[in-house]
Amino acid sequence: MRHIISILIENEAGALSRVAGLFSARGYNIESLTVAPTEDPSLSRMTILTWGSDDVLEQITKQLNKLVDIVKVVDLSEAAHVERELMLIKVRATGKDREEMKRMADIFRGRIVDVTESTYVIELTGASSKLDSFIAALDGGLILETVRTGVCGIGRGDRILKV
Amino acid sequence: MMISGAEIVVRCLQEEKVDYVFGYPGGSVLHIYDALFKQDEVKHILVRHEQAAVHAADAFSRSSQKVGVALVTSGPGVTNTVTGIATAYMDSVPLVVITGQVPTAYIGQDAFQECDTVGITRPCVKHNFLVKDVRELALTLKKAFHIAATGRPGPVVVDIPKDVTAQVCEFDYPKSIQMRSYNPVVKGHLGQIKKAVQLLQEAKRPIIYAGGGAILSDAAPQLTELARKVKFPVTNTLMGLGSFPASDPLFVGMLGMHGTYEANNAMHYADVILAVGARFDDRVIGNPEHFGGEQRRIIHIDIDPSSISKRVKVDVPIVGNVADVLDEMIKLVEAGFRADAGVGDWWKQIEEWRGRDCLRYRQEQYIMPQFVMEKLYEVTGGDAFVTSDVGQHQMFAAQYYKFDKPRRWINSGGLGTMGVGLPYGMGVLMANPGATVACVTGEASIQMCIQELSTCKQYGLPVKIINLNNGMLGMVRQWQEMFYSKRYSESYVTSLPDFVKLAESYGHVGMKIEKPEDVEPALRKAFTEHKDDLVFLDFIIDPEANVFPMVAAGKGLTEMILAEDL
Repeated sequence: MRHIISILIENEAGALSRVAGLFSARGYNIESLTVAPTEDPSLSRMTILTWGSDDVLEQITKQLNKLVDIVKVVDLSEAAHVERELMLIKVRATGKDREEMKRMADIFRGRIVDVTESTYVIELTGASSKLDSFIAALDGGLILETVRTGVCGIGRGDRILKV
Repeated sequence: MMISGAEIVVRCLQEEKVDYVFGYPGGSVLHIYDALFKQDEVKHILVRHEQAAVHAADAFSRSSQKVGVALVTSGPGVTNTVTGIATAYMDSVPLVVITGQVPTAYIGQDAFQECDTVGITRPCVKHNFLVKDVRELALTLKKAFHIAATGRPGPVVVDIPKDVTAQVCEFDYPKSIQMRSYNPVVKGHLGQIKKAVQLLQEAKRPIIYAGGGAILSDAAPQLTELARKVKFPVTNTLMGLGSFPASDPLFVGMLGMHGTYEANNAMHYADVILAVGARFDDRVIGNPEHFGGEQRRIIHIDIDPSSISKRVKVDVPIVGNVADVLDEMIKLVEAGFRADAGVGDWWKQIEEWRGRDCLRYRQEQYIMPQFVMEKLYEVTGGDAFVTSDVGQHQMFAAQYYKFDKPRRWINSGGLGTMGVGLPYGMGVLMANPGATVACVTGEASIQMCIQELSTCKQYGLPVKIINLNNGMLGMVRQWQEMFYSKRYSESYVTSLPDFVKLAESYGHVGMKIEKPEDVEPALRKAFTEHKDDLVFLDFIIDPEANVFPMVAAGKGLTEMILAEDL
């Protein structure tokens, strides 16, 4: 099962390595990991996309909670939530492909944020699956470079992760 | 008044009432050693290798329930401590390890004796800190002691760059500390405890299975009281020995890979297991897929939620301090528990298993290691602190020395670190001056920290070294005999020193014992006539003695090999 784990962690040197080290030492998967300070600069919010059975997920959350720097851990995917990922993708945009790329970006509600004579950089935000679909919809030979932020997510409604 | 970082370190140790620091000086900690020199409240024990400093601090803690403290320099000083720290981490021993670091401006420049201490130790500590500002030093040390000793205890490393120990600031040691990210649970959930007692009442084939957590939380009195009230059989893990009196008829012995026939069977066939500060690890239950029936229900008390349902699914989890939870359970049991309600048949079955007398052995021509352990038990009146190294001798000590008190059996259970025995003996004696301390070891293990004979001489630490010398890496040889068709690959220990002369060269007493009839007189002589000396007793034992019963790796608890089967 795919799970999105959200973590509030003390914004201290080495905090990220403690989390990453835990995952590698115990053989858990990290599909993506994003981290940045919150509105309270003493805290960072980390989002980890991982895969595992219910038993493994139970262990992951327990082991994370054991880390002294971690303030809170929730499995976002347990209930209603919003998840987003940002992608910047550089494509070849020449000849007839130039118009096609513009059209594809529009269909996926992407924005072209950099233009040269032969390339576009398209910015696309959405669920990871939408980003995957966009890549699949393009001619692979025209993709020059992609960069994705990894998933970040937030609970819907009254579900709030705060100290 | 402004004082230096080095003085702050020492003042913090004084505030924490630290009696002894085990350590070894070097460039990065010179300021701290200078501050130590100028006072006499905190005493320093100079070891001969940093690994031994941590082991000694570890045993100091295990035998006294205080936090152990070690102090080493940067670089190799730190890397030498890693085995000691990992050993303490695996057995949840509270330590504060203070390490020197190169000056902050040099960090990351591959300076002389620089290493990434926080990075290297991160996977084997409960937490670690790098202190970059002298104003954070006192608070960080307070946190270190707090984190080490509370919750599931463990080692904490505090890495201090040399310039930080030279800078000055006001000293203010906080009385208490609050951390929003660290608040371990103490009290167990009352509803769960009620459910547990109800389950115990319904049990037809119960067993109490207690591990190191029962000792760490000083819950031996509660465990003993509860077991005697409900009259259930009790088994201990290697780490739990002493949490329940081994001489009590309710005790069925240690369980696990080298557990007794009765303990392993009782654990396997039980319908209700009360797990107390134990973690169902691979050396205890073997292969979880072969473990127990489907009808069985498990109650698990542990302060660490991640130990619960890790290897075996648990029915009634109780997160909390073992001693506090057992107090609550005792109250409920006193309020109306019918002991002997239907467990008579179970006890009959257990007695039948016990009748196999699985620890039987024959003392013939060679000295048998089991015989030495039985004599050690007799001669010390069962009241010694026994430290051990790792291997066959460790198992013989665990099987044949009947521990009636907690914190008397000091060994490396989780990491299985050869070489701990002698420095453990030192730590025990520093925490318990005048105590009788036997270090049960083998000719291979003892050589891994043999240099500490010098430390023992310097501080007059009369450890009695019980060297079970079979000229083999005994446990390795046993596995090779049983599972590798007797291909004894590199398990023969050749070119051994003359241990008697070796001991004498350090100024100690050495004895070599080769005949069974000399075992007891030698032990008596060591523990009476040479009470105040370190005595190295080199017992030349049967080189082919094996540890039984044995559950082979990957097997289930009932698939035991007994001595009589061979």
